[in-house]
Amino acid sequence: MVGYVTRRVLSAIPIALIAVTACFFILRLAPGGPFDGERALPPTTLANLRAHYNLDLPLIQQYFIYVGRLLQGDFGPSMVYNDFTVAQMLWIGLPFTLMLGFSAFIIGTIVGLVAGALSAVNQNKWPDYVLVFLVMIGLVVPNFLMAAIMQLVFGVYLDWFPAGGWQNGSLAHLVLPITVLVLPHAGRTARLMRGSMIEVLGTNYVRTAKSKGLGQRLILARHAIKPALLPVVSYLGPGLSYLLTGSLVVEQVFALPGIGKYFISAALNRDYGLVLGTTILYMFIILAVNLLVDVIYAWLDPKVRYS
Amino acid sequence: MAGITGKDAVLTEYANRLETLDAPKGRSLTQDAVRRLVRNKAAVLSVFVVGFIILFAFVGPYLLPWTYDKIDWNNIRQGPDFEAGHFAGTDQNGRDMLARIMQGTQMSLIVAGVATLVSVFIGVIYGAVAGYFGGKVDAVMMRFVDIMYALPYILFVIILVVIFGRNPVLLFVGIGCLEWLTMARIVRGQTLSIKEREFVEAAKAGGAKPWTIIMRHIVPNLTGPVVIYATLTVPEIILTESFLSYLGLGVQEPQTSLGTLISFGSPVAETLPWMLIGPAVVLVTLLLCLTYIGDGLRDALDPKDR
Amino acid sequence: MKFTQTLTAVATAGAMALLMSTAASAVTLNMMNGSEPGSIDPHQASGDWENRIIGDYIEGLMTEDANAEAIPGQAESYTISDDGLVYTFKLRDGIQWSDGEPVTAEDFVFAFQRLFDPKTASDYAYLQFPIKNGSEISDGTITDFNELGVKALDDRTVEITLEGPTPFFLQALTHYTAYPVPKHVIEKVGNNWTQVENIVSNGPYTPTEWVPGSYIKSVKSETYWDAENVQIDEVNYFVQDDLAAALSRYRAGEYDILVDIPADQAEWIKTNLPGQDYFAPFLGIYYYVINQEKEPFNNPDVRKALSMAINRDVIGPGVLGTGELPAYGWVPEGTANYEGVEPYQPEWIGLSYEERVAEAKSIMEGLGYTSSSPLSLQLKYNTNDNHQRVAVAIASMWEQIGVKTELFNSETAVHYDALRAGDFEVGRAGWLLDYSDPSNTLDLLRTGIRQEGTMNWGNNYGRYSNEEFDSLMDQASTEQDLAARAKLLGQAEKIAMDETAAFPIYWYIAQNVVSPKVTGFVNNASDIHRTRWLSKSE
Repeated sequence: MVGYVTRRVLSAIPIALIAVTACFFILRLAPGGPFDGERALPPTTLANLRAHYNLDLPLIQQYFIYVGRLLQGDFGPSMVYNDFTVAQMLWIGLPFTLMLGFSAFIIGTIVGLVAGALSAVNQNKWPDYVLVFLVMIGLVVPNFLMAAIMQLVFGVYLDWFPAGGWQNGSLAHLVLPITVLVLPHAGRTARLMRGSMIEVLGTNYVRTAKSKGLGQRLILARHAIKPALLPVVSYLGPGLSYLLTGSLVVEQVFALPGIGKYFISAALNRDYGLVLGTTILYMFIILAVNLLVDVIYAWLDPKVRYS
Repeated sequence: MAGITGKDAVLTEYANRLETLDAPKGRSLTQDAVRRLVRNKAAVLSVFVVGFIILFAFVGPYLLPWTYDKIDWNNIRQGPDFEAGHFAGTDQNGRDMLARIMQGTQMSLIVAGVATLVSVFIGVIYGAVAGYFGGKVDAVMMRFVDIMYALPYILFVIILVVIFGRNPVLLFVGIGCLEWLTMARIVRGQTLSIKEREFVEAAKAGGAKPWTIIMRHIVPNLTGPVVIYATLTVPEIILTESFLSYLGLGVQEPQTSLGTLISFGSPVAETLPWMLIGPAVVLVTLLLCLTYIGDGLRDALDPKDR
Repeated sequence: MKFTQTLTAVATAGAMALLMSTAASAVTLNMMNGSEPGSIDPHQASGDWENRIIGDYIEGLMTEDANAEAIPGQAESYTISDDGLVYTFKLRDGIQWSDGEPVTAEDFVFAFQRLFDPKTASDYAYLQFPIKNGSEISDGTITDFNELGVKALDDRTVEITLEGPTPFFLQALTHYTAYPVPKHVIEKVGNNWTQVENIVSNGPYTPTEWVPGSYIKSVKSETYWDAENVQIDEVNYFVQDDLAAALSRYRAGEYDILVDIPADQAEWIKTNLPGQDYFAPFLGIYYYVINQEKEPFNNPDVRKALSMAINRDVIGPGVLGTGELPAYGWVPEGTANYEGVEPYQPEWIGLSYEERVAEAKSIMEGLGYTSSSPLSLQLKYNTNDNHQRVAVAIASMWEQIGVKTELFNSETAVHYDALRAGDFEVGRAGWLLDYSDPSNTLDLLRTGIRQEGTMNWGNNYGRYSNEEFDSLMDQASTEQDLAARAKLLGQAEKIAMDETAAFPIYWYIAQNVVSPKVTGFVNNASDIHRTRWLSKSE
């Protein structure tokens, strides 16, 4: 177990390096560059800028310079945001992203599991239909629409919560953005939980338990919940990644700090340094999350072996 | 060519013989499944609604006075107006909203269908192979998935746009090639459990080849989670498409899609509500029905159920 | 129900805490400022959202009044030599940086040298190229910074020498590229001087907090020379890219000023927020460029027909719903130094739209393009609601004259990359004037310069080239008499527009929304509104 975890942690380093390499070269395949704004820069200025960021060197040399710096812990400069280094921007934004993402993850997972289990126990009865309907609304309404509606209804018409912004992490400012993030995650979790729970409830050992006359609660607690969690747990890794990387809309609508938007905007701006920095950071977060998921998986299903 | 065809014939015959051996059980299973699906009222209703939406999208345009790209200069951003033939109003360019909703639904159905098929195909095979072989193969394959997760998705899309230009169907084949990651993880997780079951052990002991075991014993047992996750992938892709169109990487004007229509309708929800309500109702109905069908299928196909 | 009550209670508590924290009496202006600033270093900035912050914390020799006209800022007075080449500025007494260091002439010399230093790689350095040797230092042909035409005669006197007479130079000095920077801080911390722990200001405000992706806060600077007349104590410049969300937040009372509005909401705002709409024309032109290196767009008749078929009257009020005025010429009305020149009108201006279409159609038919054998062209635009609508409308207008238009949108970086590379047929572009002078737009149509074997077309994406136009522009640049200069520029505009060098479509409109609590906000052609002139009642 300890050996397995250590190996996984060590393997993160070559993986991150591969990802950085892939990302570095893919970025340069895309047309346009960081200085292609609305206005043409005079050629001398452009040349100065390119020299400033080493973009005038051969690509392979730029790559080695970048990796060399990276190994010393230097993420380099952003090419669009000049007043901060990439490391500073990520460092400032990360706590917000983590706070938003993890709050939504915890709330969404709990809500999703409970709703999914309730739905499964009442399969094809009215509580099931109602729950599936509610869950699906959360899933199928695009998040930019959900965010705009929430903002208008709860921020403007009812005036219950601030319509946006962020004030020293005050809870009131976080309610709407977290709700927007929670809905689809809870929806997906609930759907998976419902499906796998129904499957488990139909298995022989649960039927046997039933025929032995065990109470429903006891059956659920002892036999059904743990195996039913398996497919859900597989999803939680990607689910958390979605929450962490997919906060762009929420950040934009509610004007929140955070690094979710860099994932998209830096790629669109061709801000090479920031794209790479964000990628590396996400890489490590995702590897950590997946490792955690695999460990939980093993705990839930002892038949899975570490190898 | 002849050689291949000949070999094919042998295989087909062999497969047929296998099927006859299994026949009694298989047939009753299918009948059983259909019977169960029909009993599920929500699923049956959903099948009809989806059928209606498909008709609406593909036949509807022939019944309208306006086409989706025709500008009515006298009716720019007007609400529903039956006299002018704009039953769901017009957009800011004076184009008929109902015609645009129909065209958008067409486009969304096509791209979602294509991309979901591609992603299910890749995801199931990839995940099953990784899970079945386990060990180093699994570790390498899953780390590759991790890397793909971490790379900025939008970068691939920008590059796909450069490669495929503006052909939406090809673009979404490309997007399907990016959307299989989660499917692969789920399938792999399930496979890890399934491969420890008795029937797989038995097949192994009987000397079956890994590929045969994966396709004949593992993949069929994955139907439940796969169908459900596929029904989750459809909304995902429709929403992804709208986000890409919003960023200017998706469907090209004057063509449109449900997601695009909603992304244009959302900021004007108060001032031009007809631009939002129509597409939103179609999208939500469509996705809800797909889910109920997905659930119905899952329940019906599950051999252990009842 | 109980859950809702709890949430409401939490919200109220949060709001209370918020009120408590923003001190009892401080007057805070909350401004929706658009995008995330790329930099608040005046030598690195490039956008109006950066200008709003920078212009509030640094003041140049000249600054803008409430109408955005140039008035003395850090300079108390100035003299201009008779040949229009030497400007001498006398600095005010007692001006200082917010850390108490005096602002000296040396800070200005240092700032201009830093601006042109190739190592700084300033995007907009070229706006100050009228200054002697600025261009040469910037491209590295002169390496001795002392040859720059900016000198400190003593601690309080700055002398600026120009390459040639430049009637708009005082206005150019209000631009952030001409601002001083604190030499004593930069020498200590280098380019990190704009971080809030290092930054000092000589303007009315000092930045004190910066949360990327969220806001920058500036507070009133007590060391500013006119501090007693500055009414607002704190300004928050909020980052907000989503305009629909911005309007919602404005309605929730979270913003006092919106610097832009979502598409289609202009009418709604006028009706529902009466008196809060500050919509006014400002100096900028929205246009399409036509690639004149490609057949058949090198034919002026084709360009003319395409231009005639654009019904500009329907675009502003109808398609965009904001009421932008149709543009036929190249120099926005109200541009300074253009007195005595009639706004350009094409010879077909008197025709009705139907007549224009008929004539355009006959021109196209004469060239063999009809609806059965149409001219196919691709129209490129960068992704944006409004650009898309205009493109859809114009494509439909062109259909009538036998032109089949394929629309092609892409992200900003890709779009402008294609325009610069000449990889387009018709493309969308826009230009907001850097300073109020006709040369600023007319320069967009000058023939490119040959450099190291390749042509550099700069912002002349369509690659329009006319020798007579170029020579008129050259004459104008050395002409000292403003009226004669205006006449030369007017002739140049006429030549280019008669040949339909590009399709002007509409003049931009500034779309500010200002809370009734804020007073002192004046519509002006530059759309610059310094916080110094505003006040706010609670």
